[in-house]
Amino acid sequence: MKKVRLTMGMLVLAVLSLTAMSCKDANKEHDNADGHHNEATEQNDMMKNESMNTAKSMNKMGQDDHAEAVLTDYFILKDALAADDKAKASEAGKKLVSTLGDFDYSTYSKEEQTDLEDIIADATEHAEHISTSEMGHQREHFKMLSKDVMDMVAITGSKRKMYEQFCPMYDNGSAWLSMSSEISNPYYGSKMLKCGRVEREIN
Amino acid sequence: MVAFVGIQLVPTALNKSEVDLTTDISEIENTSENIQILLSESCYDCHSNNTNYPWYIKIQPVAWFLEDHIKVGKAELNFNEWATYSSRRKRSKLKSIISQVEKDEMPLSSYTLIHREAKLTKSDKELIVRWANQRLDSINNN
Repeated sequence: MKKVRLTMGMLVLAVLSLTAMSCKDANKEHDNADGHHNEATEQNDMMKNESMNTAKSMNKMGQDDHAEAVLTDYFILKDALAADDKAKASEAGKKLVSTLGDFDYSTYSKEEQTDLEDIIADATEHAEHISTSEMGHQREHFKMLSKDVMDMVAITGSKRKMYEQFCPMYDNGSAWLSMSSEISNPYYGSKMLKCGRVEREIN
Repeated sequence: MVAFVGIQLVPTALNKSEVDLTTDISEIENTSENIQILLSESCYDCHSNNTNYPWYIKIQPVAWFLEDHIKVGKAELNFNEWATYSSRRKRSKLKSIISQVEKDEMPLSSYTLIHREAKLTKSDKELIVRWANQRLDSINNN
């Protein structure tokens, strides 16, 4: 009986220590979630309103408008990163997730649809990471997102005048899109805001 | 104590299934046995369709915590289903593998705390990063 009690005691101890560990982790995650909580609720309310508006105007949206909506969010994100504004970048990432989710590519050709579907699935994952990560991580994903957005524009085209810009220093060379020919580097922000050059003009 | 015994009755879905090797990363990418062992030991518990469960993992509430954890991990990256990813997504995943391993963000410290054998040494990390970079180049060139 003593032995049974001892074993039982050890088992409880083992479980308790494990629980304590996982609780610590869970708390950590909880704190993070909490930190974003207010923003998240606000954003949610905003998104609710917006998605209602989107639903109303959906019929009026031409095929190019979806790509334009993605670009609008992308540029907000790009400016936030250039301004070293993590919170704004995370908000823009969240917005981008929902805009990408609304992307309707049914009017494109079969082949374009396959490509767009792939691009959007990938871009959504990057946008999700951007919405929940530290700035360094946001920038890593912004690089991959930029590639997706450029590939999207190659298919959808855009009415906007844009510039493909390039910084040779960040991660063996990284590109991004900008509405202005002037460089404001989203990979370095204030650390090296002017690093980079215009590679080409789009439109 | 009653509550503790009680929650043991709550079922948890275990991450176990037939391994379909045809879609595993080792079949698609050039993967040496060394790399395969490193990935299995340090990554596959959360990033594949099969988890090696030690006995205490089946005890609640540990099992709940883990179930959710594995779900998230698999959605992010599943080595068993590598063949189903497009080249674009393979590139993204490989880049994330490189950065996560280089920065010691993966495997998670809460995981290696219990699974000491899953901890990557400096040379393990170099091996994985070099391998992932090679895979990235080969996808880029195709």
